[in-house]
Amino acid sequence: MILILEQLLNGLQYGVMLFLLAAGLTLIFGIMGVINLAHGSLYMIGAFAGTWVATTTGSFWLGIPGGLIAAALVGFLVEATVIRKLYARDHLDQVLATFALILIFNQLIILIFGRQPIFTPLPEVFYGSVEIIPGLFYPPYRLLIIAVGLLVAVGLYVLINRTRVGMLVRAGSTNRDMVRALGVDVRLLYTVVFGLGALLAGLAGYMTGPILAVQVGMGEDILLATFVVVVIGGVGSIKGAFVAGIGLGVVDTMLRAFLPTILRGFMAPSDADAIGASVSSMGIFLLMAIVLLIRPKGLFAAGG
Amino acid sequence: MKPSSVIKASVIAAFAAVTPALAEDAVRIGVITTLSGPAGYLGQDVRDGLQLAIDMEGGTLGGVPVELVVEDDGLKPGNGRQIAEKYMSDEGIKLLTGIIFSNVAGATVPDIVDNGALYISPNAGPSNLAGKGCHENYFVVSWQNDALHEAAGAAAKKLGYTKAFALAPNYQAGKDAIAGFKRTFGGEVVGEVYTQLGQTDYSAEMAQIRAADPEVVFQFHPGGMGIAFLRQYQQAGLLGTIPMVLSEPSTDAVVLNAVGEAAVGITATAHWNRDFDNEANKAFVAAWDEKYDRPITYYASQGYDTGLLIASALRETGGVDDIDALREAVRKADFDSVRGAFSFGKNQHPVHNWYQLDIVAGEDGKPMAVTKEVLLENYGDSYADQCEM
Repeated sequence: MILILEQLLNGLQYGVMLFLLAAGLTLIFGIMGVINLAHGSLYMIGAFAGTWVATTTGSFWLGIPGGLIAAALVGFLVEATVIRKLYARDHLDQVLATFALILIFNQLIILIFGRQPIFTPLPEVFYGSVEIIPGLFYPPYRLLIIAVGLLVAVGLYVLINRTRVGMLVRAGSTNRDMVRALGVDVRLLYTVVFGLGALLAGLAGYMTGPILAVQVGMGEDILLATFVVVVIGGVGSIKGAFVAGIGLGVVDTMLRAFLPTILRGFMAPSDADAIGASVSSMGIFLLMAIVLLIRPKGLFAAGG
Repeated sequence: MKPSSVIKASVIAAFAAVTPALAEDAVRIGVITTLSGPAGYLGQDVRDGLQLAIDMEGGTLGGVPVELVVEDDGLKPGNGRQIAEKYMSDEGIKLLTGIIFSNVAGATVPDIVDNGALYISPNAGPSNLAGKGCHENYFVVSWQNDALHEAAGAAAKKLGYTKAFALAPNYQAGKDAIAGFKRTFGGEVVGEVYTQLGQTDYSAEMAQIRAADPEVVFQFHPGGMGIAFLRQYQQAGLLGTIPMVLSEPSTDAVVLNAVGEAAVGITATAHWNRDFDNEANKAFVAAWDEKYDRPITYYASQGYDTGLLIASALRETGGVDDIDALREAVRKADFDSVRGAFSFGKNQHPVHNWYQLDIVAGEDGKPMAVTKEVLLENYGDSYADQCEM
C-alpha cells in the first residue's frame, strides 16, 4: 500500500514536469500553428543558465529567476528571428527550421559550458527524506516540484480563464483568423505566448537540474514524451496538457514499477523482466494510440 | 600585381612549402570518435589524451612525425563506417582508432580490418569482436566490455555481500553489464530491473530497491542517466543505507563532478585511476593538468595509452608501410602503460589488473576516487578462449 502511494507521488511528480513543458508546447502549437522541436532547447537553456547563476552566486533560489529570464529572453529572440518567418509555411519547413535550432543551441552550449555535464547544487533543507505518513519516506525536493507544478497550473488557469490576455489566447486557439479579423495585434499575442512557453520550459529545466543531469541534449530526452502529452491532451488545450501530463506520468511510473512484478506471477522471472521492461517503455505510446482511436483530436481539443 | 593577389600568391607559396613536407613524412592516424551530443566528452577526452601523447613527444610518436585526422561519428554506426571508408580509400590511412561506442565499433571495425588496415580501440571492446569474431588487425587498449562489470561483481563478492539488486538500461550493453556482474558475483540477485534507455526519472526503481531490501546495489547507467540515478539515490535516502558497487563507467571524474557528494561512500572499480603511483602515470597527469582545465578521466588515459602503444610500434618499424611488421610490433605492447603492467591476451585484448576504489570527499568537498587494492590480478576476459587466430 505504502509502495503504491509512493509510486503515485512519483507519477505525480513526473506528470507535473511533463505538464510544465507541454503547456508551452501546446499553446505554441494550438495558437500559432507552429511545431516547435526546439522547445527542449529552451528547457536545456533554463537548466544551464539557472545552474550557472546558482553556482556563481551560491544560492539555489537566485537560479530560478536566472533560468526563467534566460529561457524567456532566448524564446523572444527565437520568435522574433526565426519562428515569425514560419507561420505561413507548412509544418515540414517548421520542423526543419526548429530542428536546426536544436543543433545550433546544442553546439552553443558546448562552446560556452563544454561537453561535460554540470552540477546543480541543492539547498541543505532538501537533503534526505521526510516522513509524510507513517512508513512513507519521500524526498522533499520532489514535493517542492509537485507544489511548483500545481501552483503553475493554478496560475495558468487564472491567466487563461480570468484575464484579457487569456481570453485572446483562448480565442486564438479556437479560431485564429477570426481573432485577426477583429483587429487584435496577433503578432504581439504570438510573441507573448511563445515567451510564456519558453518561460515554463526554462522553469522545468532548472527544477529538474538537481535530480537529473544538466547536459547537452537533455531536452531531446523529454521532448518525445512532451509531444505525446500534447497529442493526448488535445492541441492548444492547457487543461488537456494538465490531465494528460499527470495521467501519463502516473501510467508510465506505475507500469515501470509494477508490471514486471505482476508478470512474474505467471511466467519465468527473466521473461517477466524482459517483457515488463519492453511493454512499460511502450506504455505511453499505446495509451496515445488508444486515446486517438476514441478521440482523434485528443481529450480536450480546442476549436473544432 | 594587386595587393590581394600578392597575399594569395604568398599564401599559396607558404602552403606549397609546408604541405608536401607533412604529406611525405607524417604518418596520418585516422580518428573516428563521438564528439557531439551528451556523450561528446568521452570522445573529446580520448582525442585529447592521444594528442597529448603526441605533443609530449614534440609532434612525433616513437620518433616518427604523426598527424591526427579527426572526425565526429555523432554516435551513428553508419557515419562511423562512412568515415572509415573515406579515410582508407580517399586518404590512404592505414592506422585507425578512436571509436567510443560498441554499436559504432560493431559496424565499422570489421570493414577496417578486412581492408587490411589496423584498428586500435581506445574504448569500446564488444564481446562479438573479442571471441569468435577476433581479427589479427584488431587490438583493444582499453578493456573488454564485460570485464568492466566482472570487476564490480568481484568487488561485491569480496566485500562479503550475498544479496544484490541489479539495474541497467534495456539494451545490449545493459544486459551485458548485469550478466558480467553476475558472472563474478556468485551470490543471489534478488532483483533485476531493466530501465529505459534515456530514462530521466528513477523514483519507481528507488521504491523497488527499498522494498527488496538487498545488501548491495549494482547499477550501470552510462553518462547523464547515471548522474540522475546517483542523485536520486541520495535524495531517496538510500545512500548510506544500502551500499552500492559500481563499474568504471559510472564513476569517471566528470560524473563524480556532476554528482557531487551523492557519490561519497560508494565502492567503485577501475583499471586506471588518477592516483596510480608509476612514472608513466605521473608524467601523464602532470601534463594533462598543465594543458587542460578540466578533470582527467579514464577515457583520456586510454587515449594516451593508445598513443604510447602506437609510439612503441612506430619506434620499431619507422612507419606504416609494412602492415605485417607494424602488427607484430603492436602485439609486443612494449610500452609503459599509465595503468601499470599491460600485455595483450590471445585475442589482442588487454591482460591487466582491476582495482577497488573508494569514493571519498576531497579537500574541496568534491568527491574523488582513491585506489584501495588490487581486485583481479592479470585479468583478461571471458572470450579469449573462443578466439582462433
